[in-house]
Amino acid sequence: MAVVTRGFGGRRPEPEHQIPPGQFVVQDFPVLSAGPTPNVDESRWELTVRTETGEGTTWTWDQLMELPAEDVVTDIHCVTHWTKLGMTWRGVPVDALLADVETSADFVMARSYGGYTTNLPLQDLLDGQAWVAFEVEGEPLEPVHGGPARLLVPHLYFWKSAKWLRGLDLMTSEDLGFWEQNGYHAYGDPWLEQRYA
Amino acid sequence: MSSPGTTAHDVPVLDGSALAGVLSEVYAFEATRAVVRCASCGHADVLARTTVHLTAMGGVVRCATCTAVLLVVVERPDGVRVSTSGAAWVQAPG
Amino acid sequence: MSWHVATVVGTRSVTPTARALTLAVPGFAAALPGQHVDLRLTAPDGYQATRAYSLSDTGQDERVDVVVDEVPDGEVSPYLTRVARPGDQLEVRGPLGGYFVWHEDDPAPVLLVAGGSGVVPFLAMLRARRAAGRRTPFRLVCSVRTPDDAIERAEVDSPDPGLDVHWVFTRAAPPGWPAPPRRLTTDDLVTPGFGPDDGTAVFVCGPTGFVEAATGLLTGLGHPPGRVRTERFGGA
Repeated sequence: MAVVTRGFGGRRPEPEHQIPPGQFVVQDFPVLSAGPTPNVDESRWELTVRTETGEGTTWTWDQLMELPAEDVVTDIHCVTHWTKLGMTWRGVPVDALLADVETSADFVMARSYGGYTTNLPLQDLLDGQAWVAFEVEGEPLEPVHGGPARLLVPHLYFWKSAKWLRGLDLMTSEDLGFWEQNGYHAYGDPWLEQRYA
Repeated sequence: MSSPGTTAHDVPVLDGSALAGVLSEVYAFEATRAVVRCASCGHADVLARTTVHLTAMGGVVRCATCTAVLLVVVERPDGVRVSTSGAAWVQAPG
Repeated sequence: MSWHVATVVGTRSVTPTARALTLAVPGFAAALPGQHVDLRLTAPDGYQATRAYSLSDTGQDERVDVVVDEVPDGEVSPYLTRVARPGDQLEVRGPLGGYFVWHEDDPAPVLLVAGGSGVVPFLAMLRARRAAGRRTPFRLVCSVRTPDDAIERAEVDSPDPGLDVHWVFTRAAPPGWPAPPRRLTTDDLVTPGFGPDDGTAVFVCGPTGFVEAATGLLTGLGHPPGRVRTERFGGA
């Protein structure tokens, strides 16, 4: 191992429950980004779910706010080794957005304002595993953390929780998103340490 | 830090000089003076003049003219990987 | 380029928030003024963080001199400015960067524009110029918030033939200063002998916002973009 630097790192909080292998608990909420922070006003924000046949359903911000929202308390795990425990989020379950969608697709590409993409199996967005989140720790989600709304999929590494969400494209093949094309794992299960392809 | 009521610090926009160290593990030449041509718009300039978003996930190098992604630099346990698909070419400094 | 083990041999406060550090680094050599190093810190639990810092002096092989300004809520700079002490070990990679370099045999006049701790690579250039006995025309324009934030102000202000220093204070000026606090303007960058027609080599260093604003003023004055070299930093 590299030479250890005395006094660097401080005392990290001990987690009260198990965290995935290779993770360190942090108190702050680091910002990681592949590009500039988009500035999307709620008045022009839209989220489109598009099926593999090209049919789309679009929600405006007001329409999103009319859907039933939930409070979620969850740990989040970044592939860069930090874990933040017990974050409180509020969002609309993705189940609500996909309820009336007819599809035979197995995969989804999440698309962000600004061009970011990340791929997930459709199954991982269903059954209470994913939300379109617009509040964190009781406050509206700031742009640097993906506001006005981001995808939240806490059972996978956090790069899958696409910030500045604008679309979910259903796909029949497992096309890869931005980081996945650049060597990160196609699925990203933190408990199996699926960091790299 | 991002506790309620405070504004989180955004990822600062840097330039190619920020990648000099990590790219020294990939290229034998001095990287900041290497010229990169954008595959999207054709603009060519030294890496030092590109814009770079650098986080622990990786470094994303964008064309200063059209903002298309030129290079993506990821430090993996098995070595540094540079994706060059956004670059038409990379030329070593003369 | 591989990592060298570095040992802190000296620390010195230079402003209320910035500290100069000297590291002994066997195997480190041939740094040019303007270059930087990556510093890597490893915690006992294996966690690592790496940051880039400009060299404040390039005069001696096997020695690394940097000046670190503390970034609020940063991960690495608070350690380097508050905790690191002689005997501590970290790792260094470098010297790095061939673009943002002043070559001492270049006769062209040099205009240096610094925002805050962006002055650090220019300290290396001033020191190299002095050590080589050069009289190359140098003009340093240094923008800082208050006089207390001016890194190595006494050294920068000490007379040096051919070196001209111009301070811009943006929040509070020294008593009796002829100008009120204000941001950098075009007027600060116009000087006989350091114009575009003089073949001036321009270097700009500082936080991204400062660099972009200053570069805009410089290209507005007619400095060819190819003659304006910039280095942005974010800090943490």
